[in-house]
Amino acid sequence: MKRFSQLFTALEQTTKTLDKIKALIYYFENAADGDKLWAIAILSHRRPKRTVNATLLATWATELSALPGWLFEESYHVVGDLAETITLVLPAPTDTSDHTLTYWINFIKDLETLSIEAKREQILMAWMKLDAADRFVFNKLITGSFRIGVSQLLMVKALAQHAGVKENIVAHRLMGNWSPVENTYSELVLSEETQDHSRPYPFYLAYALEEDVETLGDPGDWQAEWKWDGIRGQVIVRNNTLFVWSRGEELVTDKYPEYASFLDVLPDGVVLDGEILPFRDGEPLTFNVLQTRIGRKVLSPKILKDAPVAFMVYDIVEYEGVDIRHWRMDERRSKLVEICGAGHPALILSPVISFNTWEELRSERGRARELLSEGIMLKRKDSIYRDGRRRGDWWKWKIDPRTIDAVMIYAMSGHGRRANLYTDYTFAVWSGDQLVPFTKAYSGLTDAEIREVDRWIRQHTIEKFGPVRSVAPELVFEIAFEGIAKSGRHKSGVALRFPRIARWRKDKPVREANTLEDLMAMLAES
Amino acid sequence: MKRMALLEFTADGIYCPQADVHLDPWKPVKRALITHGHGDHARWGHQHYLCTEAAAPVIRHRLYLTDNLETVAFNQKVTINGVNFSFHPAGHIPGSAQIRVEYQGEVWVFSGDYKLEPDGISEPFESVRCDTFITESTFGLPVYTWKPQAEVFAEINQWWRKNQSEGKVSVLTGYALGKSQRLLRNVDRTIGNIFVHGAINSVTALFRNTPMDLPPTTYVSAEMKKKEFEGALVVCPPSALGTPWLRRFDPYSLGIASGWMGLRGARRRRGADRGFILSDHADWPALNEAVAATGAERVFVTHGYTEIFARWLRSRGLEAGEVKTQYEGELAEIAESSIEDAKTETA
Repeated sequence: MKRFSQLFTALEQTTKTLDKIKALIYYFENAADGDKLWAIAILSHRRPKRTVNATLLATWATELSALPGWLFEESYHVVGDLAETITLVLPAPTDTSDHTLTYWINFIKDLETLSIEAKREQILMAWMKLDAADRFVFNKLITGSFRIGVSQLLMVKALAQHAGVKENIVAHRLMGNWSPVENTYSELVLSEETQDHSRPYPFYLAYALEEDVETLGDPGDWQAEWKWDGIRGQVIVRNNTLFVWSRGEELVTDKYPEYASFLDVLPDGVVLDGEILPFRDGEPLTFNVLQTRIGRKVLSPKILKDAPVAFMVYDIVEYEGVDIRHWRMDERRSKLVEICGAGHPALILSPVISFNTWEELRSERGRARELLSEGIMLKRKDSIYRDGRRRGDWWKWKIDPRTIDAVMIYAMSGHGRRANLYTDYTFAVWSGDQLVPFTKAYSGLTDAEIREVDRWIRQHTIEKFGPVRSVAPELVFEIAFEGIAKSGRHKSGVALRFPRIARWRKDKPVREANTLEDLMAMLAES
Repeated sequence: MKRMALLEFTADGIYCPQADVHLDPWKPVKRALITHGHGDHARWGHQHYLCTEAAAPVIRHRLYLTDNLETVAFNQKVTINGVNFSFHPAGHIPGSAQIRVEYQGEVWVFSGDYKLEPDGISEPFESVRCDTFITESTFGLPVYTWKPQAEVFAEINQWWRKNQSEGKVSVLTGYALGKSQRLLRNVDRTIGNIFVHGAINSVTALFRNTPMDLPPTTYVSAEMKKKEFEGALVVCPPSALGTPWLRRFDPYSLGIASGWMGLRGARRRRGADRGFILSDHADWPALNEAVAATGAERVFVTHGYTEIFARWLRSRGLEAGEVKTQYEGELAEIAESSIEDAKTETA
């Protein structure tokens, strides 16, 4: 595992992309195939299953370090990461080990069937023979929360260079159903053949357009579609079998029975990119409707009736079993129109918005909210279908969010990069002379503002409850959000979609923050 | 009648009513005893100052003092209205002291800031027996354990050599007073040239005519060419982070030397290439060792993780309480406070 911890350390010790790629290639060149595959799995968020729960780990670490429970707890609040806290409080190891990454992953897997007492014995033994760097990696593996500062795109880049295979091919090979247990490195990365008929393509994701739309040049070069608010997905028909993938690389075929009969209308060897969208009588519904069925294990007839879905098709990336991502977008679109013309009630072709000038498109965009769309997608007509989030050919041109001025009333310290810094805030609006909490927001402030707010919070704390502090209701922030819905779970009676801090309203007196009535009025409009 | 406490915690700072003097007060007072020259301990505006001979040059320089500063040697007794005061090495920075206060057989010690490990520039920490100990707790959590200084400097030297081989300048941050001189004193000076930021240059100059063994350094001036920095180490205060001043060194690798670098979150947040865990404050084991060595039955905990460390001491059978002060410990070192604060070079 030394080699992997060294890779991890090297990746942490630089903020530069080139250095990270160098470190990854160095690892790929020196690690055994089995370890390499596990490293790829970990870097693409395929973690080994958790076999010991976090509370037990914390208890054992507390015992071994001879600390009172409350002190371990306080330390955890400050560090903001369980694996790291354990690593830091444990006594120095008494033994050494040079086992491989694969050995330790199997070690963790083998814990599954053991009794709690036996698990404890194994874990304590492991802790006492790993040095600090290895111990941290081990704890991260076992708590299943490994986040390394490397994007999938970067890992693919390094792997492609190492294996001498094109990047988009590597990216594709790493998608879908595989595991280091069932596949080998050469099968996965080097083999031309795949046994996996369900394998999806990496999604092409767009960045938000921040410049004026006019900077995109000739409107004639661009196709515009609505940006729909559902779950991005891929529908695959191969070997007369249907597969549905969500963007989170989760196989969700069974969750959308409405799509089962796509098999009757789609030709074999087709992969479609689109949106899993709540939809009834030819019209999209709000994302909230979809949310009611997302987590369900059993889809009752009532749920299917209340929250029906369609697949809004954006693009086609495979035709007659052949990867056609290199076709121009307008050519892919023609093929798409041909295929989706068959008239399945749940297979909807994403309509193209016709426009001649950017001004016309801008006024169309003004209708987005009433169509329950998040804005407009702009795609260059000659663009190929790329992988991952890229700039240039595709842009999302979102509508401006709604905003409300709210008062900060609670703050909690963050995790990871934001540990030991108050970054997670709860906001309230007025209801008479009471402040009613209605949302949390974590993002939107600059690092300098976060530090300033953190300092303010420490000086204006009213009460502490573990990691949470209630603060004097004095700071006003403008909260931006994408949607608002009724909610029985929140005291305020509303739930916001994608709330974030738009700006710190230092100019605004607390009394002038918005009210619950204002929120209710927004709810009534939507 | 209940006798008044030997030391009291007041809105102006720590106060000795019997002698009518304050220790490291934060509001202007008549007579102040100062542990060391960091800005949160040595403040401007008192009528009279008393500190160690070793701490005096810095304090005089920073506060522009002329005739209202008196000095004493370490361990030398000063009696004020029957109260005996003496200064004892705290090992925090050169000249830094703990202040022992004795009256009618009762002894209190105020630690100021301290560390136990010798750093090569400060008078090594000396434990002082007392009844009541006022301790800092900047790193009073069991997650903070420092590696021996030699190991940290081996990492720094290795980093500097690697940068050199990759054609990068090594930029290392640390406080202008204390940390910078510790860095200068302990890096391997044979690796290459060493440059310093103006703020560090002026403080370091104060130590040039003392026995402190510092390597030659060059002040980074505006007209210098990029070429002059090739393969060099540049030491600057944390306030230089994120300023255009750094651009002249490009390409460079940025290292931060601070106790806060012990936590991954802080390391990642600062966007440094390397975080070196090097502090002028005691780590968890050292805090506990220091408290035990005083033999004190009562402990007051000032700046840092005060509530937690006080609760821990109580769980170990000591009488311990937290005290609110305006000392900041190592906070400004990672510029968690705003850049403006760090610019005043407070500690």
